[in-house]
Amino acid sequence: MSAMSPVAYVRTAPEPELSAPLLSRGALAWARANLFSSLASSLVTIGLVALALWFVPPLLAWATVNAVWSAPDGALCRAHQDGACWAFIFQKLGYLGYGSYPVAERWRVNLTGAVGAALIVWLLWPGAPRRAVGAWLFFLAFPIAAFFLLRGSPLLGLPTVDTLLWGGVFVTMLTALVGIVFSLPLGVLLALGRRSQLPIVRLASVVYIEFLRGVPFITVLFMANNMLPLFLPAGWEPDRFLRPLVGIALFSAAYLAEEVRGGLQSLPGGQYEAAMSLGLNYSRMMRLVVLPQALVLVIPGLVNNFIGLFKDTTLVSIVGVTDFLAAMDNAFKDALWSGPTILPTGYAFAALFYFVFCYAMSRYSAGMERRLAAGRRR
Amino acid sequence: MSAHIGEGARKGKLRALLARGAAARHLARAPPPVAGIWLGCGLTTSQLNDSRVRGFAYQALLVAAVAALIGFAWRNAVVNMEARGIPLGFGFWNEIAGFNINMSLIDYSALSTYGRAFWVGLLNTLLVAAISIALATPLGFAVGIARLSPNWILAKVAQVYVELMRNTPLLLQLLFWYNAVLKALPGPRQSLDWAGFVLLNNRGLFLPRPLFGEGAWAIPLALALGIAAALGYAAHARRRQELTGVPARVGWVALAAILIPPVVAYFAAGRPVDFSFAKLSGFNLTGGLQLYPEFAALVFGLVTYTAGFIAEIVRAGVQAVSRGQTEAAEAIGLSRGQMMRLVIVPQALRLIIPPLTSQYVNIVKNSSLAVFIGYPDLVLIFAGTVLNQTHAAVQVMAVTMGVYLAISLTIAFALNLFNARYTLKDR
Repeated sequence: MSAMSPVAYVRTAPEPELSAPLLSRGALAWARANLFSSLASSLVTIGLVALALWFVPPLLAWATVNAVWSAPDGALCRAHQDGACWAFIFQKLGYLGYGSYPVAERWRVNLTGAVGAALIVWLLWPGAPRRAVGAWLFFLAFPIAAFFLLRGSPLLGLPTVDTLLWGGVFVTMLTALVGIVFSLPLGVLLALGRRSQLPIVRLASVVYIEFLRGVPFITVLFMANNMLPLFLPAGWEPDRFLRPLVGIALFSAAYLAEEVRGGLQSLPGGQYEAAMSLGLNYSRMMRLVVLPQALVLVIPGLVNNFIGLFKDTTLVSIVGVTDFLAAMDNAFKDALWSGPTILPTGYAFAALFYFVFCYAMSRYSAGMERRLAAGRRR
Repeated sequence: MSAHIGEGARKGKLRALLARGAAARHLARAPPPVAGIWLGCGLTTSQLNDSRVRGFAYQALLVAAVAALIGFAWRNAVVNMEARGIPLGFGFWNEIAGFNINMSLIDYSALSTYGRAFWVGLLNTLLVAAISIALATPLGFAVGIARLSPNWILAKVAQVYVELMRNTPLLLQLLFWYNAVLKALPGPRQSLDWAGFVLLNNRGLFLPRPLFGEGAWAIPLALALGIAAALGYAAHARRRQELTGVPARVGWVALAAILIPPVVAYFAAGRPVDFSFAKLSGFNLTGGLQLYPEFAALVFGLVTYTAGFIAEIVRAGVQAVSRGQTEAAEAIGLSRGQMMRLVIVPQALRLIIPPLTSQYVNIVKNSSLAVFIGYPDLVLIFAGTVLNQTHAAVQVMAVTMGVYLAISLTIAFALNLFNARYTLKDR
């Protein structure tokens, strides 16, 4: 290594790296791999792009530039038949939200909704403090307070609002909430009953669960509406709005029970044995060891179930309850706002409403599932 | 507590632990609050703590409570029904119904009985459910496989479809198809027309109606023979392949065996099948096979909605087949089609079938949404009109729910048979 050889054929500096060929990097490579990997794939891509070009821009134009955004009545919408009639939605927003609930009293609905939403966030936020307190508030204190707030009570100085006036998004949310607040405790009991050692308890739970899961929701609503008054002593006429709520609570409990049972089954047997070896009796074992773990495991399933329930609340209109969709249907009947674009606009708005809620919930559920699976991943 | 253990905090902690343990033991031993009642009945404490005695007592309580509830409801129902003059038995079953039904698979008129109306409703429900199942399955499989396609845009389109269907209520979709699409179509004079074969207007969908003449029976017979021949050839080819390793083109032969005999029979029997097409006469269409808008909207809504759910089931099933299976199939040189057909799908089916059958049950149950758009299914005819006319709510609802329950349990039973046969057996 004393002197450099006169013939140097070894590089002293590395050659600069060449970039990858154009066809194997960037957008072009991605398109080759994902859009034009074969002849069939290319044809599909071209076909779908053509379809999208034919379909999407007119739809967007219908919903935005061609739409009527503000009008006093349907005349303008009848004149612009190539666009949506959002003015109709804006005009009816109060009715779609609250039904015929008196305008001066709507703050009560808003307050209930805000408290309910806050409690739900408390319960569903991963790692929120003192969830047990939240659960007690949500499943016990909140329903009682909400009842007096919404229904009204002379003692509190709140005028009574007849349930006939309730409607819109408010009723949709309320029915869905009842479907979880009252049916989750019942569902947990049924799930425990189905896994019980006692044969009659097990049989009773199985019969209840399989019966309600085997019949359509509509028939349960019909039953609650037509048969409940017959099964109660004369004079105990249950409220017209209460009957479907009873139906929903009983129906949804059967589905939640199956979900909870899945959680109970997925808990390792060692947890039960450890609880028993500590000398805990059945109720303590369930309350302190098993349920806190099992219920967290089934949160995604419960949320998925709730999505189904939220969609099913649309069916309550068959027994005369004005939920959001029924309120929309009533709004269609306004002669001032008749026109060919009213129906598509209304249904599009309703679809957007349900989609936003259900999609958000399904995202939460999927995220929660990943989070829960993270602990068990090896 | 001796002094060996240590100082300060450690000692305190241990003491607290021991105290808690003692408290827990104490609590566990203490008789429950209800014990007083049972001790009064002459039971000893040891019998009280016997789990069998307790279990028996709890179950007796449950039976008593349920019996009391049923007795209470039953008694009230009898009193209330008598007070309102509602019939108690099933006497109404043979009475004249007096209402018309616009779509019926069996003979029915306003002079038929309530019992007849029940069968009309049940058959209409089964018809819609069967057709929806038959159409939703292939559509769902297609969308599910499209979601896994290497073609990005196809996968995205399938995903958008699935999310849209799964996240909006079925009722909203049905109302949309019925009120906003089918009812908004032009009248019969401006029907949407596909070459005169298929016509669509606000009176429904009109398809060609086949008219069977003399000798038409030969065609289904030929078809049955063709299918039998195809199955026989497939079995033979499989046996031969297992013995010799020589594969056969089963697909093409089977296709020929199924398609050719009916065509030959059609011509041999002197072309006995004719078609009647819908034609405009006056203000309405006559001839052809008319599918009512209610029926068309219900089937279309059920199919597109359920296909979204089936697609997710199919995707999950295919994805659950482990990657090693794909690699093994590639390693032994199977083509992509063979890999799917011989390796992936048989394993995925085991995971797909159970949730798929529960979707079938859902189709049957969801067909009850017919009541919202006026398709005369079991719920609309029986739990609706018949109930309103006879007021026999208890009997009518019991029969209606019993029918749905029977259908659901039958499908569940079939699924259990399938599971018993096809679940993986651990060795």
